[in-house]
Amino acid sequence: MKYLPLLIAALLRKKVRTLLTLLSVAAAFALFGMLDAVRVAFEAPRSVVGIDRLITSSRLSLIQPLPAAYRARIASLPGVRAVTFASWFGGIYQDPKNFFANFAVDPATYFDMYPELVLPPAQRLAFLKTRTGAVVGQTLADRFGWRVGDRIPLKATIFPNRDGSAVWTFALVGIFQAAAPELRASERQMLFHHDYFDEGRDLDQGTVGWYVERVTDPTQAARVAQAIDRQFANSAYETRTQSEREFQLAFAEQIGDIGLIVKAIMGAVFFTLVLLTGNTMAQSLRERIPELAVLKTIGFTNRAVLLLVLAEAVLLLWIGGLLGLVLARLSLPAIREATAGQIDLSMQTESWVLGLGLMTVIGIAVGLPPALKAMRMRIVDALAGR
Amino acid sequence: MTESAPTRILPQAPPLVVIRDLSKVYERGRQRIEVLHHVNLDIPRGDFLALMGPSGSGKSTLLNLIAGLDLPTQGSLSVDGQRIDRLSATALARWRAANVGFVFQFYNLLPALSAQRNVELPLLLTRLSAARRRRHAAIALELVGLSDRAAHQPNELSGGQQQRVAIARAIVSDPQLLVCDEPTGDLDRHSAEEVLTLLQRLNREYGKTMIMVTHDPKAAEFSRRTLQLDKGTLVDG
Repeated sequence: MKYLPLLIAALLRKKVRTLLTLLSVAAAFALFGMLDAVRVAFEAPRSVVGIDRLITSSRLSLIQPLPAAYRARIASLPGVRAVTFASWFGGIYQDPKNFFANFAVDPATYFDMYPELVLPPAQRLAFLKTRTGAVVGQTLADRFGWRVGDRIPLKATIFPNRDGSAVWTFALVGIFQAAAPELRASERQMLFHHDYFDEGRDLDQGTVGWYVERVTDPTQAARVAQAIDRQFANSAYETRTQSEREFQLAFAEQIGDIGLIVKAIMGAVFFTLVLLTGNTMAQSLRERIPELAVLKTIGFTNRAVLLLVLAEAVLLLWIGGLLGLVLARLSLPAIREATAGQIDLSMQTESWVLGLGLMTVIGIAVGLPPALKAMRMRIVDALAGR
Repeated sequence: MTESAPTRILPQAPPLVVIRDLSKVYERGRQRIEVLHHVNLDIPRGDFLALMGPSGSGKSTLLNLIAGLDLPTQGSLSVDGQRIDRLSATALARWRAANVGFVFQFYNLLPALSAQRNVELPLLLTRLSAARRRRHAAIALELVGLSDRAAHQPNELSGGQQQRVAIARAIVSDPQLLVCDEPTGDLDRHSAEEVLTLLQRLNREYGKTMIMVTHDPKAAEFSRRTLQLDKGTLVDG
């Protein structure tokens, strides 16, 4: 700690340069904080909900439908307690930027499969009875100010209505809520009758997007998944059965390998950061050669000078990096607000730990070349300006 | 700092610095430059020695060797009985911290540190507490007459004041030997006299052994004796 004023003095020697470097480090780590929150959201299991659920989709692609007749065959397999199904609709409400998930589901079984979605009994009954009925999550209803009784038109992007129109109109008959706060992301979807959807569409009639199974024994889930896929092996519609989490990951990765994208962006950002900060450190050292020579003259050992320069680089990274992570932490709720809850991320402890580790490693990487140069510098040459 | 009675040169005591057959050769590519040739010199404790000579005569090289900033190519160099030419780089750095104070021509203060912090620098290498480091630095600044400038940055001080801060830094750890390389080379006449008077006082009142390289005969007048170097060899002053 007694060397801290020396380190701070070195950083304050060129205030504007240090400020600009700190801002670039902060920007890089703010981006890291946000992207790592995305990575963690995709990679880390956040809840045990759904541990007993499997999802069966086409082996070829998630957008490839499966025959409706598979339902009975899946339900008959040992270890399968219940089956429901759903299809992606992809409708747009007023404007594409109003994106939210909307599915056609089986109203009789869907809410039994997902007990974490709580729909009042009267509204559930109304959903069952109303063929054009739809239910939405509370967050989604709040976002658009919808109330039960409203009519919600969605413009189809994949499935035009059989009458030639692209608009499907649904009667809002219920609003469901998530059973726990951490599941509130599930309140951002709209569900409607699969029968209404199937009869109204011109394409892929008699099919469903995917099946959801509840297994009798979660420890036997892998075995049940294999049994389901075996059942349809070598057919025209082969299946792939996964855990719910694997399915969600695969669904998200339709836009690309999220983990790879995040890592590629972070890699590019940090590569640039290393070059930028490394150049700054090298320039700073060149300007301070006489000062470092004085430190050696008065008795600082070569090793002490090496450690001082390294510590200066790490301190620079820590200050800028922590500033960046704090900015990321503060901006995530703002992003959630700005996207009306579409993007709901939070920074976990592992992001902070990983961030601190990266700051230290990058600090050492950019500090080591100038530190070694300072360590090897001959006092008489440095004092003579050679 | 230990204050001694005036005029403390001790001819009977063993010399503080003993130099025998000292040579220094620099190699620049294929070129071999012998800067010092077989120098023999004793510097008694409490001496104030001025080293003079034309540019390239080897006086700064000799000063650097005595201060442990460089190692000789040949010969022996003892300070207070210790063969410093045999020390490793790390041991030499520790020896410098404990035994030598340095005053440079261009002060070489760290620009982002206050005068007080600059003076404290050598004490960072000791086990002194922060409070004691501050106290020692305050005493050193008081000795050079700059107590009221302790919080000032170097760029807020005149050249003479900066050199006095550098002298405070050189004496703060109470070394027995002070080496000064052209300490007045960058100062006006008035500031130069102030600095030289201060160095003379440190020699006479505090018994510091001083070795000063200078081009200026008037500066040399403040010393006890002057030696001339020419082409790497000591000649009569």
